[in-house]
Amino acid sequence: MELAALTIHELQDKIRAGEVTAMQITRAVFERIDALEDKIHSYISLTKKEALAAAELADRDIKRGDIEPLTGIPVALKDIICIKGAPTTCASRMLQNYLSPYDATVVEKLAAAGAIITGKTNTDEFAMGSSTETSWFGPTRNPWDQDLVPGGSSGGSAAAVAADECIAAVGADTGGSIRQPASLCGVVGLRPTYGLVSRFGLVSLASSLDQIGPLTKDVEDAAIMLNVLAGHDPRDATSVAAELPDYRTFLGRDISGMRIGLPKEYFVEGIDEDVLRLIRQAIKTMEKCGAQITEISLPHTQYCVPVYCIVVPAEASSNLARIDGVRYGLRAERLEDLAGLYTQSRTEGFGPEVKRRLIIGSYWLSSVRRDDCYGRATRVRTLICREFDEAFRKCDIILTPATPTPAFKIGEKTKDPLKMYLSDMFTIAPSLAGIPAVCVPCGFTQAGLPVGVQFMAGRFEEGRLLQFASAFEKNAAIEKRRPAL
Amino acid sequence: MDLETVIGLEVHAQLLTATKIFCGCSTNFGLPPNSLTCPICLALPGTLPSLNRKVVEFAMKMALATGCRINRRNTFARKNYFYPDLPKGYQISQDTLPLAEGGHLLIELEGEKTKIGITRIHMEEDAGKLIHDEANQASYVDLNRAGVPLIEIVSEPDIRSPAEASAYLKSLHEILVYLEICDGNMEEGSFRCDANISLRPRGQNTFGRRTELKNLNSFRHVQRALEYEVARHTHLIESGLTVEPETRLWDEAAGVTVAMRSKGEEKDYRLFPEPDLVPVEIDDAWISSVMAGLPELPQARRERFVGEYGIPAYDAGVLTSEKELAEYYERVVKLCDRPKIAANWIMGDVMKLLNEDKRPVRDCPLSPGHLAKLIGLIEEGVVSGKMAKEIIEDMYKTGRAPAEIIAEKGMVQITDEDELAETIAAVIADNPGQLAQYRSGRDKLFGYFVGQVMKRTAGKANPQLVNDLLKKALHHD
Repeated sequence: MELAALTIHELQDKIRAGEVTAMQITRAVFERIDALEDKIHSYISLTKKEALAAAELADRDIKRGDIEPLTGIPVALKDIICIKGAPTTCASRMLQNYLSPYDATVVEKLAAAGAIITGKTNTDEFAMGSSTETSWFGPTRNPWDQDLVPGGSSGGSAAAVAADECIAAVGADTGGSIRQPASLCGVVGLRPTYGLVSRFGLVSLASSLDQIGPLTKDVEDAAIMLNVLAGHDPRDATSVAAELPDYRTFLGRDISGMRIGLPKEYFVEGIDEDVLRLIRQAIKTMEKCGAQITEISLPHTQYCVPVYCIVVPAEASSNLARIDGVRYGLRAERLEDLAGLYTQSRTEGFGPEVKRRLIIGSYWLSSVRRDDCYGRATRVRTLICREFDEAFRKCDIILTPATPTPAFKIGEKTKDPLKMYLSDMFTIAPSLAGIPAVCVPCGFTQAGLPVGVQFMAGRFEEGRLLQFASAFEKNAAIEKRRPAL
Repeated sequence: MDLETVIGLEVHAQLLTATKIFCGCSTNFGLPPNSLTCPICLALPGTLPSLNRKVVEFAMKMALATGCRINRRNTFARKNYFYPDLPKGYQISQDTLPLAEGGHLLIELEGEKTKIGITRIHMEEDAGKLIHDEANQASYVDLNRAGVPLIEIVSEPDIRSPAEASAYLKSLHEILVYLEICDGNMEEGSFRCDANISLRPRGQNTFGRRTELKNLNSFRHVQRALEYEVARHTHLIESGLTVEPETRLWDEAAGVTVAMRSKGEEKDYRLFPEPDLVPVEIDDAWISSVMAGLPELPQARRERFVGEYGIPAYDAGVLTSEKELAEYYERVVKLCDRPKIAANWIMGDVMKLLNEDKRPVRDCPLSPGHLAKLIGLIEEGVVSGKMAKEIIEDMYKTGRAPAEIIAEKGMVQITDEDELAETIAAVIADNPGQLAQYRSGRDKLFGYFVGQVMKRTAGKANPQLVNDLLKKALHHD
């Protein structure tokens, strides 16, 4: 069995049994990276030297019997999360030479849990995109078919997990940036409740939606990663102080008699037939597990994409103002004046999608548009939140497709931003409502492309979410496939 | 035309918290550029603000001291604009839901009390500073000040003259310093003021076209700049011209205001709720505890000094102008129980000595205990007022107790009647001519005899006793 293809829990069992060392695992993963990066391009930068040093230390810990939940496990990190002394480029020309002088809170937590960081994975520029094509460093390719996108914006993380270029990865999700690429790459992607995982050290796209979460090979690994990542952080005012459970304890629990809601607004025309077939199968699987299926309605669903398209660019236009070429990042040369410093640096440093969102976002916040656009969008967002609160009185879990289609061709949607935004149509609502959602692989299309099913739960109900996800994973018994690479 | 002046003031006060509003950096002033910075106040990618609760507490003090209503739930907002001293590209401030609203201040001008409304008090962060190097055609950014907490205090347009504006500012300044939440240093920019001014025909309810004044770095500047604007607006209106709505800078050297930018050119700040911070929730318990910690405010203290100590309003005003001076005074009074005499000595000699040294009251080497002792000795007639002046100077210089100084200098008054009567008899005997003239009606010569007695006793004779005994002796046939 190839080590890089194993899960966190499988490897930890082997480590505990003394069958493998952290160094063997780490080397196996880097061999995989060396063999595949030309094809896939999951990573923007690697931290191989540091990883090998960490593996050596991990093996010493293991010898002493000091084994943390991620000891010896190579983990990849989306390149919008800061690691001290390492590049944090956000896949932008603007920050291509920027080194962070501090660690993100999740990086501290991963280190404390024994994880070995392999490197920084590719993303859409400043996480703006759904295909990882807007990266200044070039696109990531889908491990299942290299002509296709891996989804995005955490496309590099999803591809790295799918291609066994890491054991698990950390991504960030604003409107689906973990779940959509997870679906398109056939891995598990979890977006936690807003406030469960600290955002300190995550370069903000839209502060009120951004959330860090894991991409893993199975549901159990997602629970292990969540145990490590979750928790209150005084450095993030929006992080929530709460007693947290051990998420692994929810795995394998019975779901019979529990209610699954199917929002009728998510089963409409325009969904790929293969996707719909696989989702119907998933529903049947859940029924077999003893869950009760009920149709529910989320009437504000149609407003989710428009609200998202106002709130995200608006917040981004302000969040990215600090990337101005004054203190760090690209600064244009031969400047005439102060205004030139800003406009030239930002014109040269940002790509077209980032510029589009910054301009649109500034417009939404301008005094002429603030009340009727930004203000109205935030009010509708409140309605969407309430709608979910009500829905969870009628059911324990909501099940929907994760994406309307399987992976699409590189270049297919880059000319049509609206089409690109619609690839997130099923993942945006939980983001706006701040509720947790997970994407779990539910089979393959006729063309052999993976498809994911999405489960949503109420705020801080990650335990229940993982309970359903693991019940599905176990009973669906999806055939184990590995991308032919 | 009878024109009425309408003024509203916006004051920015730096709060004296030990650390910045959204990070743990020190708020010290005058340290090497960028030495008090961290990833958060440098706005490095990925950093987030977390609110310093002390800032809320300090701001609440000012809100409660000015009778404002505290918003139990208030929120931060982002004010977006690009400038190199603003590292995030936005200032975190408060917009639709500020910390407090609807307070007022009572000001006193020429014995008349006027109520000036306070629209709102909100919290925000200061920006950094640009340092321009003309010689090398370069500009540098110092972000030590970036993130230092400020409160902005916005007045209602209730102020009707430049003098009133100055009185309002002085009163606001006094309260901030009394509360020990701001050092009030205008030169270093810890207390800054912008003014909005317009004129209108008296009796008209709507406002005239206003200008905003910036760069007002002292109470004097504020008053002079506003006086200049009153004259300028008056001239324009009376000449049938219009006042351009614009922001103007006060040029102290030239004594004029200069147009900076028109209101039409102002930036669109794209204000929106700060998504990185949660609303500030303030409960009754928090308000009560802040309220309980408020010191007696200058106005209340002035009134109490007049009532309790029976000193004139003028004295009370001087003594309460500074919190520490008022406390010094009260300590002296408690020890000597001579409120008016203590006031005189403090307002006279003690303040003169402090002013000469530019020394704050808290560093006064002359302790309240020693001053009270000395006042007691004067009252008992042990030392004369003249001696006391000398003793005070000595105590101020050396910090010694009055008894020690008196003993060393042999300054004890002669109060022995027999001893003095002998000296007086000798003086009279030695000056028969003057005696004759005095007795023939030249009353002014009385002073000559007093002088002679003092001379012979080296000034140690108790003046009152000399007076009494001399009168008796001169009129004695």
